Amino acid sequence: MNSTILLIQLLNGVQFGVLLFLIAAGLTLVFGVMGFINLAHGVQYMIGAYLTFMYYSWTNHFLAALALGLVTALVLGLLLEELIFRHLYTRDHLDQVLATFGIILFVNELVKVIWGPGTLTLPTPEILSGSIQLTENLKYPVYRLALIAIGLFVALCLYVIVTKTRVGMLIRAGASDSETVNALGVNISRLFMIVFGFGAMLAGLAGALAAPIFTIEPGMGDNLLIVAFVVIIIGGIGSIRGAFIAALLVGVLDTLGRTIATDAMGLIFDASAANQIGPSIASMLIYLFMATILFFKPQGLFPAQGGAR
Amino acid sequence: MQKILYAAACAASMIGPALAQDLKIGVVVPLSGPPAVLGKQVEDAFRLAVEDMNGEVGGVSTEVFVVDSELKPEVALTRVKGLLERDEVDFVVGTVFSNVLGAIVKPVTKSETFLISPNAGPSTLAGRNCNPFFFSTSYQNNQNFEVLGKHAQDQGIKSVFMMTPNYQAGRDAVEGFKKFYEGEITNEVYTPLGHQDFSAEIAEMSEAGAEALFTFMPGGMGVRFVKQYRESGLADKMTFLSAFTVDEATLPAQQDAALGFFGATSWAPSLDLPRSQEFVTRFEEKYGYIPGGFAMQAYDAALLIDSAVRAVGGNLEDKDALREALEAADFESLRGNFAFNNNHFPIQDFYLLRVAQREDGKFWTEVESKVFEDYSDSFAQDCKMK
Repeated sequence: MNSTILLIQLLNGVQFGVLLFLIAAGLTLVFGVMGFINLAHGVQYMIGAYLTFMYYSWTNHFLAALALGLVTALVLGLLLEELIFRHLYTRDHLDQVLATFGIILFVNELVKVIWGPGTLTLPTPEILSGSIQLTENLKYPVYRLALIAIGLFVALCLYVIVTKTRVGMLIRAGASDSETVNALGVNISRLFMIVFGFGAMLAGLAGALAAPIFTIEPGMGDNLLIVAFVVIIIGGIGSIRGAFIAALLVGVLDTLGRTIATDAMGLIFDASAANQIGPSIASMLIYLFMATILFFKPQGLFPAQGGAR
Repeated sequence: MQKILYAAACAASMIGPALAQDLKIGVVVPLSGPPAVLGKQVEDAFRLAVEDMNGEVGGVSTEVFVVDSELKPEVALTRVKGLLERDEVDFVVGTVFSNVLGAIVKPVTKSETFLISPNAGPSTLAGRNCNPFFFSTSYQNNQNFEVLGKHAQDQGIKSVFMMTPNYQAGRDAVEGFKKFYEGEITNEVYTPLGHQDFSAEIAEMSEAGAEALFTFMPGGMGVRFVKQYRESGLADKMTFLSAFTVDEATLPAQQDAALGFFGATSWAPSLDLPRSQEFVTRFEEKYGYIPGGFAMQAYDAALLIDSAVRAVGGNLEDKDALREALEAADFESLRGNFAFNNNHFPIQDFYLLRVAQREDGKFWTEVESKVFEDYSDSFAQDCKMK
C-alpha cells in the first residue's frame, strides 16, 4: 500500500460516497419528515436507470434521455405516493415495511417482464467518455469525475433549498414536529408529496448516473438501499448535512476497507486465513462503524432537532 | 349402435397414446431474476433438440416439463418433487447452479430417476458422492479454471493477480487455477457477490505489476467488471484470463469492451465441426441469439437421453440396462470427442477461447488453442460407484 494507491482509493471512495448521498438524501427526507420507512426507495433508483436506458434507445442522446428519465421518475414517484404511500403514513412501521417490500417484488418482476432478465448497459455520454492518465498504468474515466461534480452540485443545491427557502424551512419544521406544522395551517400532505416526489427523483438521478458504470439489472437497487439506510442512520435521520457527511464516510471507509482489510489481517494471521477473514471483515466494516456511532450518538451524527421518529 | 361406436372411438383415442409408453423429461433451471439468461439457454436448446427429433426422443413420443428453480434450493426441491410424484418423469435435466443441484440430487436419484446435469458439476458429485443415477454433460466445476492455470503455466506467465467473488465457487476457482500454475501470485482478492464498483480492485491491479489477471465474475458482475476494466486502460497492460466471465450470455452486454479477452471451456459456438455449426445456425434462426456452452450442454443432454432410450428399445423400466446405455454415450456430441469417465462425468477436450467480433457485428468466442485433450477431472479416482 503506497501513497499513490491510497489517493486513488480516496478518490474512488468519494465517488461511491457521492452516489450514496444521492440515494440517501431522498430517503432521509422521507424518513425524517414523514416518519415513513420506504423500502421501495431502491426501486426508484432502479427505475431511474431503466427509464434512462429506454429513452436513450429512443433518442440516442444521453442528456435528453436523462432529462426525460428524471421527469418520468418524478411522475412515477408522485403516482406511487398518491396511490399507495399516502394511505400508509398513519399506519405503523411494520405495515409500511410490508407494503413497500411488496412494491420491491412487484417492480423487480415488472422490469424483468418489460426489459428481460439480462444485464443491460448504457454507454458513457460521448462528451464525458475520455479518461485521465492517473498513473503509469491506470486511466480514470472523466465520467466518474463528472459524477463527483454532479453529486457535490446537488448537495449544494439541497443545502441551499433546505436552509434558505420557505419550502426548506417547512421541511425542517416538519422533520422536527409535523403535528405543530400542520396545526399552524400548513398543508402538510402537499409538503409530503413534494418531498416524496423530489426524493424519488433524486434516487432516479442516482440510478441514471450510475447506469453507465454499474450496468442495469433487475434488483440493482436492493443492495444499495441497505447501505443507504446505514448512511442515514449514521448521519442522523432527516438531516441532509448528516446524510452528506455520512455518505462520504461510508463510501471512503468501504472502499479503503476492501483494499486494506486483507493486508491488515495478514499482519495477524497467515496468508490463507487472512484471505478468508479479510474480505468478510471488509464487508462488515460499515456496519461495525454504524454500531460504533450508534453506541456514542444514538441519534446519529447530526440529528434533526426535535428528534425524528 | 352409432353412439356406441362413437364412444368406443373416443375411448380408443384417449387410451391410444397412453398405451405406447411416453417418455417424460423434467427440466429444472432458473427462469427468474438475472440467472434466467442462463436457464433460458438450457431450456431453449433442450426444446430445440426435442423438436429436431420430431418430438420423439429415442423414438418415443416425448413430453417435456420445464420448471423454474428460482435459484433457490428449497423452491427447486418442491418443484422437483412435483415432477417426480405428480408428473412421474423418467429423466430430470438440471441444474445450472451447483447449490441447487445439491438440493435435488438426493430426492431424484433415490426415486431411481436419472438426473442429468447440463451445467453444474460440484466436486463432491464427481468424487466420493458420485451416484449411479447421476450423469453430467458439462464438466466438473474446477476444470475450466484448471485450463486457465495450465495455459498460464505453459505460456510462461510470471505473475498473476487473482480476483473472484467471496463464495465457494470463487474459492474453488482459485484452487483450480493453482493446480497447474506455479508462478507468482501477486494478490488474491475476494469481492462480495454481486459486486458493483470494481474501481478499488482495479486500482490495486494497476499497482500490482502482475503480467496477467485471472478472474471469475459470472453474470452481471462480469458485465460491470469488464466495462470498468476496459475503461481503466489495464486491458493493454495485463492479459485477461477468465472463466464464465466473457461468454455468449454476457457478451451481448459487454460488446467490444471484452474484445480479445480470454475464456476457457469445452466448446465455442465457432467450433469448426459440421454438427456444431448446424446447431448454432438453427439455434440462432429460432431464438435470435448466439448459444453458449449452457445451450450446447443441454442439447447434448437430449442427445444422450435419445441414444440411451433408443438402445434399450424404449424400455424405461430396466434401470440397469438404461444406465449401461447412458454410460456408453453412443451419440455424436456437438463438441466432438465425448466419453463418460467412471464417475459419469465427461472425458473431453478443453480450449482456450478468445472473444472476437463476427462479420455481422455480433460478438462471440473463438477457439484460440486446445489446452487439454481427452481431459478427465481430478476427483474421479475418489468415486466408488455402487
